[in-house]
Amino acid sequence: MSVVFAGVCSHAPGITGRADRADPAVRDAFYAKLDEMRQRLEASRPDALIVVAAEHFANFFMNNMPAYCMGMAESYEGPIEDEKWLGIERTRVPGNAGLSRRIIEAMLHDIDLAYAEEWKFDHGIMVPLHFLTPRYDLPVIPVNINCQGPPLTPLARAYEFGRALRRACDAQPERIAIVGTGGISHWPATPNSGVINEEWDREFLRRFLANDREALISYTDAETFRDAGQGGFEIRTFIAIAGATEGKTGELLFYAPIPIFAVGCTVATMAV
Amino acid sequence: MRGNGEVVVSLYYVQKLLYQLNRDPAVRRRFQEDRDDLLSEYQLTDEERDAIVEGNIGLLYVMGVNGQILMHYSALLGQKWEEYLEAMREGVRKYGPVRAGLYTLLEDREQTWRPDLHGNR
Repeated sequence: MSVVFAGVCSHAPGITGRADRADPAVRDAFYAKLDEMRQRLEASRPDALIVVAAEHFANFFMNNMPAYCMGMAESYEGPIEDEKWLGIERTRVPGNAGLSRRIIEAMLHDIDLAYAEEWKFDHGIMVPLHFLTPRYDLPVIPVNINCQGPPLTPLARAYEFGRALRRACDAQPERIAIVGTGGISHWPATPNSGVINEEWDREFLRRFLANDREALISYTDAETFRDAGQGGFEIRTFIAIAGATEGKTGELLFYAPIPIFAVGCTVATMAV
Repeated sequence: MRGNGEVVVSLYYVQKLLYQLNRDPAVRRRFQEDRDDLLSEYQLTDEERDAIVEGNIGLLYVMGVNGQILMHYSALLGQKWEEYLEAMREGVRKYGPVRAGLYTLLEDREQTWRPDLHGNR
């Protein structure tokens, strides 16, 4: 079939772990838009959901750090963090090893993609799933883009990764949904936690929603670090989704800085 | 990695220990029951070893440990979120700017602090 749904959302652990400490009005508006994303995802009747994430040293470390990795397991477990800290119970999430394998085989023509038959989800995937597939009944295929341990993949390659992912998915009979999850500007787990550069975020989202490739890939890492923090490196996940929906534009369902969640909380869909 | 791209071997092992501590219950058990034996497997300076054993989150931050690794060690030590953030700030006050790793990407280390953006807090 093809890609039937594409979108992006935030994944910060505070979204569930510190939920009781946010302004209820803003938090509930954010949750409502995540639920609208869930409804749109379900309406697309996907057979599998690919989550393009930026994990945070749950599975991958600097002893062997892939720029890109895709899961190829029958199931996954998460969250790896303390359940109470994250506010999400540990569970097993179904995968689809056969579909993973076919997508990986197709993508290897374009991208030197690593694969993993074992993968524990951290908040970077569990928080989106908590809202988008709350019954954990949709097979998930995880993707990690290294956004934590430099050297990092160039932004142009992240866009190219998205293109390759799209080509691979379009060659499969299944109906596939793709969700990217990351930043935008944030300084997670540092003394600057809670700082959000809303102006930078809105300009990035403008470029993303317009699917303006040249503008999206024009940021240098030094600029991103200065203006959007080390969490800003996670724009690679959004850029991959833009690559997977090249030529199409997006719709912003929600954006608001929520400091206790330590990120500008974002929900958006892209036309496929 | 320092700001100039120099790789700090020792920081790698500090982070590797904390990474394994965060994700592996068996490593956590050894950390409680046979700490010296566990730590002997990592190339650590005395300062790093002491910072880990004492749970000196502020110094570990200044040494360059990534917050995405450090925050889980802080939680393991029983610190609340605000205590974790304050421990890092106290570390910078006491030991100076971050010395190595991801947070030294810019030449001007002061730029890793964005007081101009703190209005959003």
